[in-house]
Amino acid sequence: MRVVVVGAGEVGSSIAASLADSHDVIVIDVDEDRVEQLTYAEDVLTVEGDGTDLETLEDADVASADIIIASTNDDETNLVVCGTAKTVSTAFTIARVQTRGFYRTWRRSQGVFGVDFMVCTDLLTAQSIVRIVGMPTARDVDLFADGKVQMAEFEVLADSPIAGQTVREADRFPELTFVAVIRDGTVEIVGGDSRIRVGDKVVVIGSPDSVHAFVPAVVPEDGDGEVDGVVIVGGSSVGATAAELLGDRGFSPRLVEQDPDRARELAEALPATTVLEADATDEEFLEREHIGDADLVVAALDSDERNLLVSLLTKRIGTRRTVAIVDDPAYVDLFEAVGVDVGLNPREVTAEEITRFTRERQMENVAIIEPGAAEVLEVEITADSAIVDETIAEAMTDLPDGVVIGAITRNGDFVTPRGDTVLAAGDHVIAFVREDALDDLTAIL
Amino acid sequence: MSRGLRVDWRAGISLTGRVIKWLSVPLLFPVAVALYYGRGLAPFLITVVVAVVVGATLERLHDDPSEALGAREGFLMVATSWLFVSLVGALPYVLEGTMTSYGAASTLRLPVNALFESMSGFTTTGSTVMGSIGFDHHSRALMMWRQESQWLGGMGIIVLAIAILPELSAGGAQLMDAEAPGPGLEKLTPRIAETARTLWGIYIGLTVLEIVGLTLFNQLGMAPEMGVYNAVAHGFTTMPTGGFSPEARSIEAFTAVVQWFIVPFMVFAGINFALFWHLVRGDWQTVAADVEFRAYFGILGTVAVVLLGLLYTDPDVAPLAGALEPAVRHAVFQAVAIVTTTGYASFDFATWGQPAQYVLVAAMFIGGSAGSTGGSIKIVRWLVIVKSLGRELFTLVHPDAVRPVRLGERSVDETAIRGIYTFTLLYLLLFVVGTAIVAIIGIPGGELSAFEAMSAVAATLGNVGPGIGVVGPMNHFIPFPATSKLFMVFLMWIGRLEIFPVAVLLTRAYWRT
Repeated sequence: MRVVVVGAGEVGSSIAASLADSHDVIVIDVDEDRVEQLTYAEDVLTVEGDGTDLETLEDADVASADIIIASTNDDETNLVVCGTAKTVSTAFTIARVQTRGFYRTWRRSQGVFGVDFMVCTDLLTAQSIVRIVGMPTARDVDLFADGKVQMAEFEVLADSPIAGQTVREADRFPELTFVAVIRDGTVEIVGGDSRIRVGDKVVVIGSPDSVHAFVPAVVPEDGDGEVDGVVIVGGSSVGATAAELLGDRGFSPRLVEQDPDRARELAEALPATTVLEADATDEEFLEREHIGDADLVVAALDSDERNLLVSLLTKRIGTRRTVAIVDDPAYVDLFEAVGVDVGLNPREVTAEEITRFTRERQMENVAIIEPGAAEVLEVEITADSAIVDETIAEAMTDLPDGVVIGAITRNGDFVTPRGDTVLAAGDHVIAFVREDALDDLTAIL
Repeated sequence: MSRGLRVDWRAGISLTGRVIKWLSVPLLFPVAVALYYGRGLAPFLITVVVAVVVGATLERLHDDPSEALGAREGFLMVATSWLFVSLVGALPYVLEGTMTSYGAASTLRLPVNALFESMSGFTTTGSTVMGSIGFDHHSRALMMWRQESQWLGGMGIIVLAIAILPELSAGGAQLMDAEAPGPGLEKLTPRIAETARTLWGIYIGLTVLEIVGLTLFNQLGMAPEMGVYNAVAHGFTTMPTGGFSPEARSIEAFTAVVQWFIVPFMVFAGINFALFWHLVRGDWQTVAADVEFRAYFGILGTVAVVLLGLLYTDPDVAPLAGALEPAVRHAVFQAVAIVTTTGYASFDFATWGQPAQYVLVAAMFIGGSAGSTGGSIKIVRWLVIVKSLGRELFTLVHPDAVRPVRLGERSVDETAIRGIYTFTLLYLLLFVVGTAIVAIIGIPGGELSAFEAMSAVAATLGNVGPGIGVVGPMNHFIPFPATSKLFMVFLMWIGRLEIFPVAVLLTRAYWRT
């Protein structure tokens, strides 16, 4: 496919790099240096110019493009890029926006502004936070098939009850499928007799209930796996959105915001959240509100330095886990090295979302487990698919090695995949795919 | 602006004059009744003439009053309109008492009594100083005027004026805000006159529905005493939460069916009329989600159940103890009648046990919903007060917490909360001081207990109507001396307008700065 990416910042470059191996990628940017840099770094065609300018777009031959991705730092620019491109092209347009205002409008009337798919950075980041809250030990959690299927990746620690067990022993939940173990960075598809070792990361796919039920099997002291004390520091758009999403899921997070007006505004907008007007780096305040007893602190202030400070401060007084928003992607590893449990870079999250959407239009949903190692895909079985009307056992012989069917949804209901389950047209299959099997799988389906 | 005054009083009074002039139109209804029954015509004809002349005279104080209408003139206009309308409305009582032979025995021939009765009518209080309620000493026209005055006052004479007089549309929202019960005004349509007409439309619709229903029961033989005259008379005083009845025994005079039928209409009257408008437009979600609406039903239910428990088990209230249907009926009827501040009586609750009477007097402080025709403090204010008290306790533990007071989805503005506290405090202050005044003045040659004095002040300030004991539902306020009666006229007036529009006139800042 021909993909035009407008904006070669962190998001655009990351998308271009991910797509360049399997697609023809053309990148447009106004910055000469960035354009030049990218030309040498990745196997892409670059065009220097303003993406909102029709001439520039025509230089990049948007008329013959299949997908146009507007990923500049400016929301309005991205909308104008899509709208402009639509005048000369029938390509599918994807726009990145920062805040939720445009996103709400777009959700109300999809296709508005000439945007076919919109990705909201703040919302995606907040959703990532929420997933971490819901799964205390999970490193990565994704939902498929409108939330009917959940994928989670857990790290097996030394005191985990499943350490040393075989997969067959550990897999006690009927609606849950063990799909893979990641050991020392390599992905292994697991059979029933494989033994789980300390330090492994296990990937499971199943109904959300079964994944939740699985949590205590991985880490016993978490009890039912629910997190109660969530403190969000910083009433930024990401912080507020995370609080809202947590509230919708029945949590009652606390949100710390220093500015009185913003605090009042948030308190009015977020009924489930207790808003505290304070400076989160004030130790007396942390003491008074027992932040040390919190299960999770999310640092969502506007500066990386303050986020690091808050994370380390709260960690020191006893907070169990900390998540920090890291604006500069280069710092993510550093933050995690000095004690922050999870560093989230909004741009990375955005790039991942756009990439997975673009990957394969037929494949509806993609989660990247280890970049370049494995993915989880959601695929709709069509009437002319090679494996339609086959049982799973039959299908597995047609499918390449490195593919595991983790779950199926039929008419919106969860179906546990068994060897004798017959695949029907219209089924959604959530499959774990090792990178080397990806191209073969795409060809078969 | 004259002589250093900061209020264009001429403009305010001129608009009041216009309202007085238009009062002659509703006065034509008792004229028609008088013609039909052939008794009591002259007093009303004279009153019509007086209303037109006085109104037109006052109107000439200013050439273009609606142009000069500001916030201050608005308060003046609303406050004086209610006072003057009550004064003019008192005329027929005095005139019939002095002009006719049958009226000479009426207690209402005395101007103080007439003013009390008129103010009690327009403010939908329902406290009476009519010695012998009935047609022996009063014409049917006069009795109907007494009912009609409550109906006019219920939805508000200013709201009616805005609905009809186009020149009031500019400052109308503010006038309506000053008059309408409850904090804040919900504008339903872009034009205030349209909103006023909508509210009156709903009000008229429900009134007609009740009259038709009552007449139907009569036609079916289920309510022999409820003739057309009584049906109209009670239709006039249910929806405004008034409480006057041409029957000396109030609603006790009617069959159980009628008593049950009146209950839902009293309940309707205590609901925010804006909700009916939403309902008519098919927006039932707004109604179902309305916090005050839910609290209203919760309170009605609670008061009714408590009363039922007390009545059913109290052997002293012989007809109700152990008799389920009557106990339920009177508990529900009286709970609704008092909470909504209607003040009807289906039973002489002054004969009930002390605990039940305490419950009723306490219920007088609840009131209907904001934007209803009910009086007293109003449910929405109590909700805000309770919730903000909860917030204060929460912030004692969490001093950094920012916690807006919420009513459903909406959060209440801090200034509005302050206003609600101020109002409620003033209301309770008036009640305490008023009780002291009424108790100290007492009843010449009679006994007045502190509890009776309390109930009398609560009933007039809250526009409820009957009190307890000497001012119980089957008694009247006649024994009080003129000073107490005039004081209660003031209480009814300030209570109906929810204190501020009247209280502000008593401040120096209003007139001078």
